[in-house]
Amino acid sequence: MKTTFKVVAGLALSAIAAVSQAQIKPSVIYDMGGKFDRSFNQASYSGAEAFRKETGIKYTDFEITNEGQREQVMLRFAQRGFSPIVVAGFQQAPIVEKVAKQFPKTHFVLIDAVVDLPNVRSVVFKEQEGSFLVGALAAMKTEHDAVGFIGGMDIPLIRKFGCGYEQGAKYISKDINVLQNMTGTTPSAWNDPTKGGELARAQFDKGVDIIYAAAGGTGVGVYQAAVDAGKLAIGVDSNQNYLHPGKMLTSMVKRVDVAVKSAFEDEMKGKFTPGLQVVGLKENGVDWALDEFNRPLLSEEDIAKVQDIRAKIVAGDIKVHNWEDTKSCEY
Amino acid sequence: MTAPAIELKAINKRFGPVWANRDIDLKVMPGTVHGIVGENGAGKSTLMSILYGFYTADTGEILVNGQNLDIRNSQQAIQAGIGMVHQHFMLVEPFTVLENVMLGMEGQAVLANARGKARKALQDIASRYGLEVDPDAIVGELPVGLQQRVEILKALYRGAKILILDEPTSVLTPQETGQLFEILESLRSQGVTVLLITHKLKEIMAITNHVSIMRAGTMVAHRETAHTSPEELAELMVGRKVLLRVDKQPAQPGEQRMEIKNLDYSDDRGVRRLKDINFNLRSGEILGVAGVSGNGQSELLKMLSGALAPNQGVMVLDTRAGHSELSAGSWRDAAEIRDLGIAHVPENRLRQALVKAFSAAENAILGYHDKPEYGETFLEPEKVVNATEVMMEAYDVRPRLPGLKTANFSGGNQQKLVLAREMLKEPDILLIGQPTRGVDIGAIEFIHRNMIAARDKGAAVLLVSVELDEILSLSDRIIVMNDGAITGEVMASETNEAELGLLMTSTAGEVPTAGNGPTGGAKAPQSEQQEEAVA
Amino acid sequence: MSPILAESPRWVRIGLVPALQLALALVISSLVVLIIGEDPVQAFAIMIRGATNLEFGGFHSTLYYTTNFIFTGLAVALAFHAGLFNIGGEGQAYVAGLGIAIVCLLFDSTLSVWLMAPLVILASAAFGAIWGVIPGYLQAKRGSHIVVTTIMFNFIAMALMSYALVVHISPLGGNSTDSRYWNSDAVFPKWNEMMPDAPFSLLNPTLILALVCCWLVWLLVWRTRLGYAIRTVGSNPHAATYAGINASRTIIITMAISGALAGMMAVNEVYGAQGRLILNFTSGFGFMGIAVALMGRNHPFGVVLASLLFGALYQGGTELQFEISSINPQMVLVIQGLVVFFTGALDRLVRGPVEGAFLRYQLAKAKKAEAADAAVAGGN
Repeated sequence: MKTTFKVVAGLALSAIAAVSQAQIKPSVIYDMGGKFDRSFNQASYSGAEAFRKETGIKYTDFEITNEGQREQVMLRFAQRGFSPIVVAGFQQAPIVEKVAKQFPKTHFVLIDAVVDLPNVRSVVFKEQEGSFLVGALAAMKTEHDAVGFIGGMDIPLIRKFGCGYEQGAKYISKDINVLQNMTGTTPSAWNDPTKGGELARAQFDKGVDIIYAAAGGTGVGVYQAAVDAGKLAIGVDSNQNYLHPGKMLTSMVKRVDVAVKSAFEDEMKGKFTPGLQVVGLKENGVDWALDEFNRPLLSEEDIAKVQDIRAKIVAGDIKVHNWEDTKSCEY
Repeated sequence: MTAPAIELKAINKRFGPVWANRDIDLKVMPGTVHGIVGENGAGKSTLMSILYGFYTADTGEILVNGQNLDIRNSQQAIQAGIGMVHQHFMLVEPFTVLENVMLGMEGQAVLANARGKARKALQDIASRYGLEVDPDAIVGELPVGLQQRVEILKALYRGAKILILDEPTSVLTPQETGQLFEILESLRSQGVTVLLITHKLKEIMAITNHVSIMRAGTMVAHRETAHTSPEELAELMVGRKVLLRVDKQPAQPGEQRMEIKNLDYSDDRGVRRLKDINFNLRSGEILGVAGVSGNGQSELLKMLSGALAPNQGVMVLDTRAGHSELSAGSWRDAAEIRDLGIAHVPENRLRQALVKAFSAAENAILGYHDKPEYGETFLEPEKVVNATEVMMEAYDVRPRLPGLKTANFSGGNQQKLVLAREMLKEPDILLIGQPTRGVDIGAIEFIHRNMIAARDKGAAVLLVSVELDEILSLSDRIIVMNDGAITGEVMASETNEAELGLLMTSTAGEVPTAGNGPTGGAKAPQSEQQEEAVA
Repeated sequence: MSPILAESPRWVRIGLVPALQLALALVISSLVVLIIGEDPVQAFAIMIRGATNLEFGGFHSTLYYTTNFIFTGLAVALAFHAGLFNIGGEGQAYVAGLGIAIVCLLFDSTLSVWLMAPLVILASAAFGAIWGVIPGYLQAKRGSHIVVTTIMFNFIAMALMSYALVVHISPLGGNSTDSRYWNSDAVFPKWNEMMPDAPFSLLNPTLILALVCCWLVWLLVWRTRLGYAIRTVGSNPHAATYAGINASRTIIITMAISGALAGMMAVNEVYGAQGRLILNFTSGFGFMGIAVALMGRNHPFGVVLASLLFGALYQGGTELQFEISSINPQMVLVIQGLVVFFTGALDRLVRGPVEGAFLRYQLAKAKKAEAADAAVAGGN
């Protein structure tokens, strides 16, 4: 035990020393799904990559593949003096709580969930605000007064997306028909493009002409179905406009990359702050994507109108209801 | 002197560690019937498969009509004028005779022309060799003997001048066998060479010109049939002197042990397999059940042993367990029937009586594994092994290795193990099916002696066998089954093969259809092949 | 007369052949590692060290994984003896987790670990058994193929669990896809909590339960009448009928025990290691049980060895991913896959030639002896 203690203590000390010299050892632990999931994990990855390219400081990362690894890997990172340890995904929260208590000098950044400890920064996003924006845009562009939403696994987080989207659409047109479907109740719902495509086609048959998918890998099937049917789709998490130029109306971007990068930068500058960060439109934590791929679809008026709504939300003139507050979409 | 129709020189064939054929030399003269005899596993079938192109010899030469040939598949064998009639027929049952004969030889896309030509060719062949069959009959509806004739026609239609027949009589009644031999005579007189593979010495003596004897993968002797005797052939096959007759005293039947009344059974598909079976069985006698394989004997054995329940009927038992009456609704399973003092040596030992993957010791308790003598709470290996050693000693099972995997014993030794297991318990009733199938001659003698001994000790023995010789030499009383019904009952001392043969084909009302044949008939050869591979 | 048809020696069958298979798998894996530009020697050194290290708990973690594999491997192996291919270990373990959660949610504040542990083990075995018995019943009485039904039951388990967790269990104080932590006084302590000197790992007393189960399975299969019946039904159903063994009953009982064994894997995860019910906690361990049983030749002792190997592969793989950043989980999966491939699916590739060589050697010996005999016989 003594040797272990020495190792741990030594590592901890060296970690502190490292921080003081601004030679930080940042790290990322991705959730199951892998770092190239074109979505949430990949956003963390690109944030870390951007940091590495700018500063030349290397980081270490790990992809979780089973439950048994979570605690072990997080401990190993902490023991080796990595800080900050960015942990992506709400499923990791309980482990962060455990490990962060044991390593009070190490900084943790938890994304998408909240742990209240003095060395943990929790970053959560107001997905409802971003979804509100894309919902509004969808309602503006629909020709049949019907828009669709396809969620991945039926959990509160995804309901939050759907609810924001619905509010945005109804803000534009009170009587608009918003169809909502969840892909499934199991984690496989995050990666079921076939079913995603089927749900999309079913919605198209009911008159929907724009679908917003918040479903991880399942979304790929939704987008393809939209392309095949000559309809439009809205991407999620990362900017997915490039996947099908001219067929993706926009993407609801969740700036996980920014959260990761700024955590690394704060650590480097010695300005790491713990506590809860709830980031929305105002903090550039969520946004809608406008680039060369979807600009041809939009008129100047459309863009202006969306920007106007965005400004209203930032200013607090429009209040967007959060599904999680009431566990319902009544507002 | 003309060149031999077939000449084999130094043929060698190995399957992994087993030498199936070793330095085999064979000369078959044209226009003769040449017999090849040997026990199961002697390598006869392998040798013929090499000749017909199913296997390729490791080394050695094949000469057909003096020409050295490299036969690598059956197409090449057919081109060389060799035809084969397999033990289990290779016919498409729903097709007509003509269609079966043409199969694979259609020649052109439009069948109508080919059919006309084939019909003519078929009629030519049929009249030349005396092989009359209706070309438009559905093969599945023909009796087994005629199906075999179609096989021969098929080979001749393909231009065969050399015909290999593999155990052709195993599925035939004595009458059908007689007819087959007439056909062979006619073929011989027309210059066709016939290779007859069999283990029945009587047939060799009856039809062949020459005979070659195989033992353990080697060719041990060639004889002119006129200059040999069954005794010599048996000795050559086994490698030592063999007693071909069974010595037994007349039976002294005691009280009745079993009575079967109105037993009736239909299988899952609704085919009536047993039709109103009635008989009784007394202590101290052997009751033989004769019949062509697949005529309900298997179902009868399964029923009496509890593996199958009848739809109707009653079984009355008087054994050490007292008087009991089983009726269709209250039949018992095999374990309960065994507890009533009935032992069962099933027809197919590797399918029913043994678990190949088990050691000999494990198989020695199959069916009796619940008995306390093999351990109280748990099975105790020492007790099981000890009991096995006793069995192996008593029934001369070799090698005496209780731990050896059962698959590694020869067929005869496997059978002896089963017999030891069932007979050492001295059951009141012994049900025994095909006791010597796939068993070498030496073991046959031993098995027969033990059955007689059990009878003399007062056991009631029910013997089911398709070998008429066996039935005739062992039984005291014989019932004959055909198409699921009992067609006659005779005393063994007052009957002969011809009478039994007639009973086997006579009916209890219906014409025997070949439909029964394939199910039962196909099983038997298959099992023999398995055993051969093991032996 | 009787040709030599003996088996090759035992040490060849269960020692040399698996070792060669493993070596072959490592050689191919090395090529893969080379292709991505890493040093295979270093990579395997890291894996081995990672799986056996005592200082940071590598070996302990290996044992933790081993525990899971033993349970699921035993479940598959036992069913195999009855000729049943139980692919439902995943679902059986998953549902067993639900059983544990119910017990823990009800009693973890009132009962101590001494009372909880037996209750939890019973609950997991019972829930797993139910999930195994239904496909068993359908196979025995209705002829629905066990492979199909167990796969379907895996899906049903998934759906049931997601519903139970998201709708009923997580609102009691957990995350949205897991339960709250069980009261720490009511759960198995981890090894490092019992031994203050030990490094952190998820290793817990469930390993002892696993080893006891191994012994019990051995006893069942080779020393009881039920085991005898199971093996008879599995290797020759006709012989079972002949012997008077009720095959349907045997199949149902076997599937109940098999399900219970798979179910007890949840004790390690839900009760021991994680201390709460997590969505998808089985992470494919149930399916890996098939490979474990295959490699362990369906023998409990073999299952333990195979489980150790797979445990080491898992832990070593984690370590490898940790140390060499260019090796991602997919790479580790490839290496694990190759081991399964060569030891299981391609069993005959190595087994055939090696055992054949030994048989040929024996044959040559026997031939010599025979030749000597023949010389004597020839003299006559």
